[in-house]
This record gives sequence, structure tokens and C-alpha cells, in this order.
Amino acid sequence: MTLRRIGLALAAPVGAFAFSVTLSSLVLLAVGTSPLEAWLEMLSYGSRLETLVETGNRATQLYLAGIAVAIGFRMNLFNIGVEGQYVLAAMLAAAAGGAVNLPPILHVVLIMAVAMAVGASFAGVAGYLKVSRGVHEVISTIMLNAVALGLTGFLLRSWLLDKADTTLNMGTPEIPPSGRFPNLNGVVEGLTREITRGRELWGFLLVAILVGVLFHLFLSRTRAGYDLRATGLNPFAAEVSGVDPSATVVRAMLLSGAVAGLIGLPEILGDAHKYDLNFTQGLGFAGIAVALIGRNHAVGVGIAAILFGWLDSAAPILDVVGDTPREIVSILQGVVVLSAVVAFEVVSRIRRAAEARDAAEATQAAVTAPDGTPS
Amino acid sequence: MTTQSSPAPAVELVGITKRFPGVVANDRVDLRVAEGQIHAVVGENGAGKSTLMKILYGMQSADEGQMQVRGSEVRFSSPAEAIDAGIGMVHQHFMLADNLTVLENVVLGAEPTRRGTIDRRSARRDLEELGRSYGLDLHPDDLVETLEVGERQRVEIIKVLYRGARVLILDEPTAVLVPQEVEELFRNLRELKSRGHTIIFIDHKLAEVLAIADTITVLRQGRTVTTVDSGEVTAHELAELMVGSELPAPSTEPRASDEHVTLSMQGLSVAGTDGRPAVDAVNLDVHRGEIVGVAGVEGNGQGELIEAVLGLRPTSDGDLLMDGESMDGWPVRRRREAGMGYIPEDRHRRGLLLDAPLWENAMLGHQTQPPYARGPWLDRSGAREATTRIVSGFDVRTPGIETSARALSGGNQQKLVLGREMLAGPRMLVAAHPTRGIDVGAQVAVWEDLREARRDGLAVLLVSADLEELIGLADRLVVMLRGRIVAELDPATTTPRLLGGYMTGAAEGATDDEGGAL
Repeated sequence: MTLRRIGLALAAPVGAFAFSVTLSSLVLLAVGTSPLEAWLEMLSYGSRLETLVETGNRATQLYLAGIAVAIGFRMNLFNIGVEGQYVLAAMLAAAAGGAVNLPPILHVVLIMAVAMAVGASFAGVAGYLKVSRGVHEVISTIMLNAVALGLTGFLLRSWLLDKADTTLNMGTPEIPPSGRFPNLNGVVEGLTREITRGRELWGFLLVAILVGVLFHLFLSRTRAGYDLRATGLNPFAAEVSGVDPSATVVRAMLLSGAVAGLIGLPEILGDAHKYDLNFTQGLGFAGIAVALIGRNHAVGVGIAAILFGWLDSAAPILDVVGDTPREIVSILQGVVVLSAVVAFEVVSRIRRAAEARDAAEATQAAVTAPDGTPS
Repeated sequence: MTTQSSPAPAVELVGITKRFPGVVANDRVDLRVAEGQIHAVVGENGAGKSTLMKILYGMQSADEGQMQVRGSEVRFSSPAEAIDAGIGMVHQHFMLADNLTVLENVVLGAEPTRRGTIDRRSARRDLEELGRSYGLDLHPDDLVETLEVGERQRVEIIKVLYRGARVLILDEPTAVLVPQEVEELFRNLRELKSRGHTIIFIDHKLAEVLAIADTITVLRQGRTVTTVDSGEVTAHELAELMVGSELPAPSTEPRASDEHVTLSMQGLSVAGTDGRPAVDAVNLDVHRGEIVGVAGVEGNGQGELIEAVLGLRPTSDGDLLMDGESMDGWPVRRRREAGMGYIPEDRHRRGLLLDAPLWENAMLGHQTQPPYARGPWLDRSGAREATTRIVSGFDVRTPGIETSARALSGGNQQKLVLGREMLAGPRMLVAAHPTRGIDVGAQVAVWEDLREARRDGLAVLLVSADLEELIGLADRLVVMLRGRIVAELDPATTTPRLLGGYMTGAAEGATDDEGGAL
């Protein structure tokens, strides 16, 4: 019973991934390159310690993005605005971090608080528009993405620019060492007995894991989490049960935005120490894919984040070696998302049918059971 | 089976089997319908009547078995093929376009054309001809949205006749009608029969079946139990054939209510969408230990009344008191926590999280209180334990409490909903159509539980379309018409017919209108 459940749960993602690899291989064959060579190249480059560290860093950011999206998804809210929320939050948090001097831990806490507050309030705008004006959150968050990106550029250039930096790079003033997050290289090197040449595993990984644990506990163990999930499963029944739909929408958007605010921090606190033109964008949209593949579940999103993080980190080798276009990895990622969504639907239908059969059997058994033996 | 010397039957089904995941809806069902007869197919909800008719009408295909129409073997893969073979179906939920006229609805999909355009003149001629010859009174140019339910049903029947049907299938045609409209329908059906049409009539109201049918086939759990002439059985025998055991019926018992008013509506008004109040200055008290039944044709403000009581819909005027305290400004949650239980009219929409396990469904509506919660945390083991008690105490048939609610049959879902409301020990229960769409066994269980809770002092506001249920369960009956309470009746001296008169407004001010409503 439980074995069948686990098998079914694994069948969908594994099948979707196998299908995607096959399809991408066919694409490679069609353009006349050897898929086997490309995959082997990625595997060998991807199993190097540096690439794995890179994968961990990337996965940290993707995981936060995936969780931010998943919070909305769990109650059928499509927060497409994670992208704008995290870029704006990262820029303002970096600016705040660079503007003050505080004791070590406090400094980091301040930067995180600013990031979460900015993300939450920007997402909150979409929540407010939905409950007060009936604006669908997909529309408002897409619009707000444009606003956020414009606002980021405007604020940066007008007020927050680092005047001391005379290069062409535009960025906020550098955050002093007290506002930086330690790396985990010691742990990595202790475990692998290898030196991570030039790469650092960002310590923010631990924060991402904590966020995942809290996300899971919130949804499965708290009343507020139950209200949120109930609203996602059936908003009408939830309302009848006493859930205030408007408050739940706003709360979910605030939470989603707060987590979104953290997405850029691993990079800023662990590596760049400022917001500048090299800041990684596009993670908010990638987070939607990661949440979809991970089924909005804390562990599932983690696996999806690692997969996407690894693909992103191992792909650059294709530019260097052979004649496989690196874009094949984007194709692969896209196909994984689509086929995973289809596979999950198929599996859930199989599961539903099996459950209906069991329930019908239970009813039948109770009907035909001789008197005096209630099941 | 072949002993009768009559000509080939209008329709003959032999050994029809249809399986769905987890259930056999039809298990080697036989049905033989003689030409020119009214043949009733009866059975509980879930007995397989509708599936059988959908197979006959080509909406679903049988896994096994043969079908013959007037002696020749047929196999339909779509309703269009059934229509070509002279079989038509009037669905329980009408399939009419509200914004078209009667004429347009009738010809829709079978428009007579002349040089590529709709030939309205010949369509009108045919429609009027049909209406005259069958005594089906309709005006071709009326908009369907302005018609009463009974008239819409006549449009459906004419639509089927217009397509040349000789065999008419009517799926629970009386479910939506008040008694006076039922009589009108039966007159039409007899007229059709006298003109040689064959009618297959799906129902589970036995008195009606006995009144109209020539022959009755009983289905139970997907199998044919028997086929009898309607003159040879009583309603009681039929019911036993349907259920396979003793017949249940709601029966009143001495009232247990006392003077304490649990719920009081004082001049309660709720604004409607069209400017008219949906609920109009309603005064109604529900006492401790009393079941107050609200009768009315659907859409006369009962739904809005319930939503106002629960706090889902704002009131425009008047006051609502629970145990003497005004509930003005109380959100839904506060009302639920104060002890207001709710059995919704539509379990799937308002009562359940279909894709969540049973134990998460059991806490719905009570998620802020023990045994489901401890402070801001869910009490998962408490919830599981409570769910186990609901499942055993209310006979919810399920493989376990981790099963998702979707997998359960309607009756078992309803028992779960009722069980969770009862387990919370409510002081006030709002029950909307608590036995709609569930089988007789579950129905009896629900009635029993309601009665027991009433004995223990529960105040119940019961809204139902099942008049027998209202008369049988309620201590006091009120009738709602256009948002107002137009009559208050004693169930002991009320008949469904009398209620029907008040519900349609025909009996306003009168106490006895027997025979007058036609």
C-alpha cells in the first residue's frame, strides 16, 4: 500500500525526466550532434567539486524562489511577481546593508529583514488589489514586475549608487564585512578532502533549508497553514468553515513575498556584497518551474532546485567543448516542466481511481458482512 | 421472457453491463419496454438507473450486452444515433438556452432550412401543430428565461418530439416540480401514450410511479430485481424491492423543545441582486430541541437566509440573535465557534476538501477548537482520533481515515459531514437539503441522527425540497415565497399538496385548495 504510493509518487518525476532527456536527445540528433557525447561531457564536468559547489549555490537561490512560488500555489494564488519582488528587495537590502555599520550578526539580520519586508510589501500590493478591487493576481504581479525592475534601476541610478566606484559597473556601496554571510567551505573540504578552488559554498544554504522546514511545518502543523491549504483546495468550503478569504489571500501574498525577498541574498551576502549589474536575474521565473516540478512540497521543491541548479551549472561546458549548443539545457528544462505536469496529472488520476476502488470495496464489504460484524 | 405474444418491444436491453473504476454501475441488466406503454424504472440513488438510460441514449457505451429497438439490433455511439432511431431524452437538468425563444430552443440543432437559412415559418407551423395535438401549451415566442420550471420541461418534451422520437426517456422529471405541476406533466404523458408513444420514466418517488406507470422495473445495486405491473404492487412492496429491506420513512415524534430561543431572526432582510430583497423582513425563532422546516420552491430566498444566518452574506436590515445575543458583525468563524453547525446543500462545493484525507475534512469548520487544534497548532493525533470516532459512530464506509474524501460515495461523504458537525456538539444546526442525492440507507441514518440531536436539545433550521422529509422531521413548518414567510403550518396536519399550494402562491390566504390549483 505505502510501497505502491511511494512508487507512484516517484514514477511521475522520474518518467518525466527520462522523457525529457530522450526528447532533447532527439533534438540534438536532428541538428546533427551526438547527444551521448553532450550528456557525458556534462556529467564529467558536472561531477567536479567546483561544479557541485556551484550547483549548491544555484540550488539555494532556486529553492527559495520555488518556495516563494509554492506558498502562493498552495492556495491557488499565482504569484508571478516573485521576479520583481526579489530584485527590488535585493537591491534595497544591499543598499541598506552598505549604508550602515552594525555588529556582525545584527548587520546580517537587518539586511534580511529589509529584504523580507520589501518583498512582502511589494507582493502585498498585489494581494491588496485582489481583495479590495478584484484584480487578478496574475495580471497585477506581471505588471508589478515591470514596475519593480524599473523602480530598481531608477532608485539605484538616482540615489543609491556607489559614488566611489569609478568603473562602468553600477552598484550599491559595498557591504562591510560585518554584514556578510560566512561560507561553508570548511564543511565541504572536511567532507570531501578536496580543495574547492576559487569557489565558495554560500552559507545561506542553511537559511534556505530552515525556510523549507518552516514552510513544511507551517502548512502541515499550524491552523493558519491549514486555513491556507483549505482555501487552495476549496475556497467555498474554506469560507463556510470560517476562513476569511480576503485575509488569507493577503497573508499568503505577504508570506510569499517575504520569502521572495530572500532569493537574492545568498549572492549578495555570500559573494558580491553589493547589488550591481552582475546580479543574477530571472530566478523568480525559474522558481515557478521549480515549484511545479516539486509539487509545491518542501522536499520536492528541494529536489527540483538541485536538478535545475545542476543543469544550470553544468551547461556552460557545452560552450567550451564539442559543438552542442548550450541552449539544449534550456530545452531540457522546459520539457521537464511540461512533462512533469502531465505525468503528475496522470499519476493522480491513477491514484484517485485506485482509491475509489478501495472505497467501493470497503462499502461492499460492509454491505455483505454478516450481522454483528461492523468493520 | 418470450411467453408474451405481443409484437417486438419498443426497446429491449439484454445483459447490459457497465463498469466504472471501482464500481459496476450496471450488472447484466435486462429491460423490456412494450410499445405504447409508460414504463417506470425505479431504484435508489446509485442503483444504476441513470447509467442505463445514458447507455440507451448513446451517451455512454455498454461494456457488455445487447440493445434492440423495435426488434432490430442497435448500438449507439452518440445521442444523435439514438435520436435517429427514434429515442429522445428529457434530462433532469434542462438543457435549454435561456436567452433564446421557445421556438429557437426547439429547433436548435435540428433547424429546418431553406436555401441555407433557417425556415422559421415551417418550424413555427410544426411547433404549433405539435403543441396542439399533444395538448402541450406553449407560446413559441416566449423567452425561455421567463418560463416556469414546468413550462421549461414542456419545451424539453416538445424538443424531443420535434426530432421524431417515438420513445421518450424522462430522467426524474418530477424532481424539480411542485405537486400541481406534476399532475400537469402526468396529463401530458398520458396524452403522449394515447398517441402511441412509449415512455421510460426514471423516478424514485413511488406514489408517482404507481400513479402513472403501466409497468415498473426495479433496479438495485446495478442489477434488475424484477419487473412488475403497477396494478400488482403497493408502494410499500416496491420500496422494499428497491431497498432490499424494511422501508424507512421519517416520522414525527413528540416535540422536545422548550421555551429557550436558540436562534432568532427579527425582521431579517437580505438584499438581492436585482434590487428586490432576497429575504424580506423574516421573523422566525428556532427553539432549543426544535426542528423548524423551511419549505419553498428553490430560489425563493432560502439560500440567502441560510447564508445570512451563517454570516456568509451581509444582512440589509433586522437582527439575528443566538441565545439572546446579537450576532451583528460576527464573522463566520465566531458563529461556528459559538456552536453553529452547518450541513451544506452541496457537499462538494461547500462541505468538503475532496482531495484531502478524511481526517482533514473532519476538522473543517472546527479547525480552531479541540480536539483538532491546540493553540495555534493543529492537533493531528487528536484529529485522527476524532475522525476514527466519526467513521465508526456514523457508519462512514471507508478503507481508512487517510483516504481522500473524493473516493467516498455521496452517502458516506454526507455521513462524514453530519458526523463532524454532531461531534462538535453544536447548539444550532443549519441543515440544507441534508439528504439530497444520497441513498435510502444513508437517508435514514441522517434522519435518525437529526432526531437524536434534537432530543438532546439541538435547535435545527431545516431547509429541504423533499416535502415528505420536511413534514416528517419538522416540529414546525414555514413556507417561503419571494423572500417572505407566507405561511406557518403544523406538520401533523399538513400534506405535500397543501404545502405545494403555498409554495407556488396558489394557496395564499386559503387553507384548503384541494383540486383548485389545476
